[in-house]
Amino acid sequence: MEIASRTNEATRSRSRHRRAIDKRETIVSYLFMLPAILFFAFFVIYPILTGIFTSFFSYSIDEFKFIGLQNYFNLFIDEFFVKSLRNTVFLVLAAVPIIVLFSLFVSVVIYQKNSFVRSLFRGIFYLPVVTGTVSVVVVWKWIFDPLSGVLNFVLMKAGAIETEIMWLADKRYAIWAIIMVLVTTSVGQPIVLYIASLGNLDQSNIEAAEIDGANSWQVFRHIKWPGIMPTTLYVVVITTINTFQCFSLIQLLTSGGPNYNTSTIMFLVYDTAFRYFKFGYANSMGVVLAIVIGIFSLAQFKFFSNNVEY
Amino acid sequence: MGQKKTLGLFDLSSMTVLTLITLIFIFPFYWVVTGSFKTDLQSQQLPPIWWPTQPTLGSYVALFKNPVLAWFGNSFMISLVTMALVCIVSSMAGYVLAKKRFHGKAIVFTMLVSAMALPKQVVLVPLVQLVGSLGFKDTLWAVILPAVGWPFGVFLMKQFSETLPGELLEAAKIDGCTEMDTFVRIVLPIVKPGVAALAIFTFISSWNDYFLQLIMLTSRNKLTLQLGIATMQAEFSSNYGQLMAGATIAAIPIVLIFLLFQKSFTQGITMGAVKG
Repeated sequence: MEIASRTNEATRSRSRHRRAIDKRETIVSYLFMLPAILFFAFFVIYPILTGIFTSFFSYSIDEFKFIGLQNYFNLFIDEFFVKSLRNTVFLVLAAVPIIVLFSLFVSVVIYQKNSFVRSLFRGIFYLPVVTGTVSVVVVWKWIFDPLSGVLNFVLMKAGAIETEIMWLADKRYAIWAIIMVLVTTSVGQPIVLYIASLGNLDQSNIEAAEIDGANSWQVFRHIKWPGIMPTTLYVVVITTINTFQCFSLIQLLTSGGPNYNTSTIMFLVYDTAFRYFKFGYANSMGVVLAIVIGIFSLAQFKFFSNNVEY
Repeated sequence: MGQKKTLGLFDLSSMTVLTLITLIFIFPFYWVVTGSFKTDLQSQQLPPIWWPTQPTLGSYVALFKNPVLAWFGNSFMISLVTMALVCIVSSMAGYVLAKKRFHGKAIVFTMLVSAMALPKQVVLVPLVQLVGSLGFKDTLWAVILPAVGWPFGVFLMKQFSETLPGELLEAAKIDGCTEMDTFVRIVLPIVKPGVAALAIFTFISSWNDYFLQLIMLTSRNKLTLQLGIATMQAEFSSNYGQLMAGATIAAIPIVLIFLLFQKSFTQGITMGAVKG
């Protein structure tokens, strides 16, 4: 009894000081977060800090010497880096709009269908993600194969081309071949998000507009599009970050070739660190990429949040 | 009236276009599975053999000359342990971040969120070296531990935990529940759908996390299915049959898991982004 009344009193006094932060709560909270914080500190924060730190060093298997900003200066006269940076930005500018618009189109068409049709389409568009890059690439490599591949076969049968095209070895086509595969393996998540977001829209607004005689484009432009703006922002930012980090597809399909024409920064970081063992130099590329991604994300955030109405 | 008609026409034509496009998305999976029952020659034949009329298990026999079972086991262990750790760590942290008031909360949360936007390449080299100095190089832990450090799960579980009713937690405290009791007996049962979604999401993404596996695992018996197939492809790119058999074994379990749990899975990736 006495204990109970004392706890009651404690509770009452706590609710009286609701605004003040309890010391005990703080300790308890950090204990609950301890595992997460330890993993995060060890495997994210610490590597980030050492990555930045060692980017100021000439650092290889047998050398560790402070060279200031030299790595960064070298980057911009390194033709492979400049090429990779250009490819990466090109990939982002070409693939992200395709991915976002395609996902939006698919979602608008299927979100009001019955739940079976919706799940079916959602599942199909997610299939390449689930199947895994490695398995998907096995098939695309065959599709693009100049001699035994089905793409050239079909195009030649149809009379569209006369000689075999080296899809992955010709620098005019290789980047587009990669964009093709990238799009099929990237739209799964945006579609899931868009369908959920469109489903959450207030149906009565849409009906009211339709009764007032708005056509479906007007309804989309003035009601649905503003309503899903927060999702668009998220999808654009996430897709951009993922595309900037495109690696597996490149490594598996072209290994950056021909002559680094499909190399991305991500691929070059890997190449520099694990084939040429220039660790400090590789880290400086990573830092530059992080900065570029930061700038892009910030710009997108600024641009789209101006259009978001909460 | 006229309007309804154009709407119907748009709908019909776009459904047709969509259905055609889905073929591109289904094809790789279809081709891998059917291709695994063809001979190497058949799978490279032109015009393509769309359906294996004389199915053979030859590719599987050839494939199993590699340590495929070990690769399968490695993939499975990595995904399972990562999943378990991520769920425990994230549900604990997500709960307090959503429901408790404490000093430094805003700082902790901001750090977690901004880290998610950082490219993993910045940490590539240091991560490999860190794992090496911990003595985990070329072990399954080298792939598991960094994946647990990634804060996406914490973020997701925080979103889920926001829905916990504050009065219930308050009542538990008054009844004399310890903090751990409250978490295990009240919080966990309520956020269970969130944990399920996170579990499936984590399992699938660690199964397919080719990048981390590539930089961490080297010796032949320590490879995963993904890595094993990629290695085979680099070594003998024309053994299509074997590659497809490998790709089938890598894809089937995960596609089944996805189909079984599609609902929780979609809920999981939606939760992190879309406000209800």
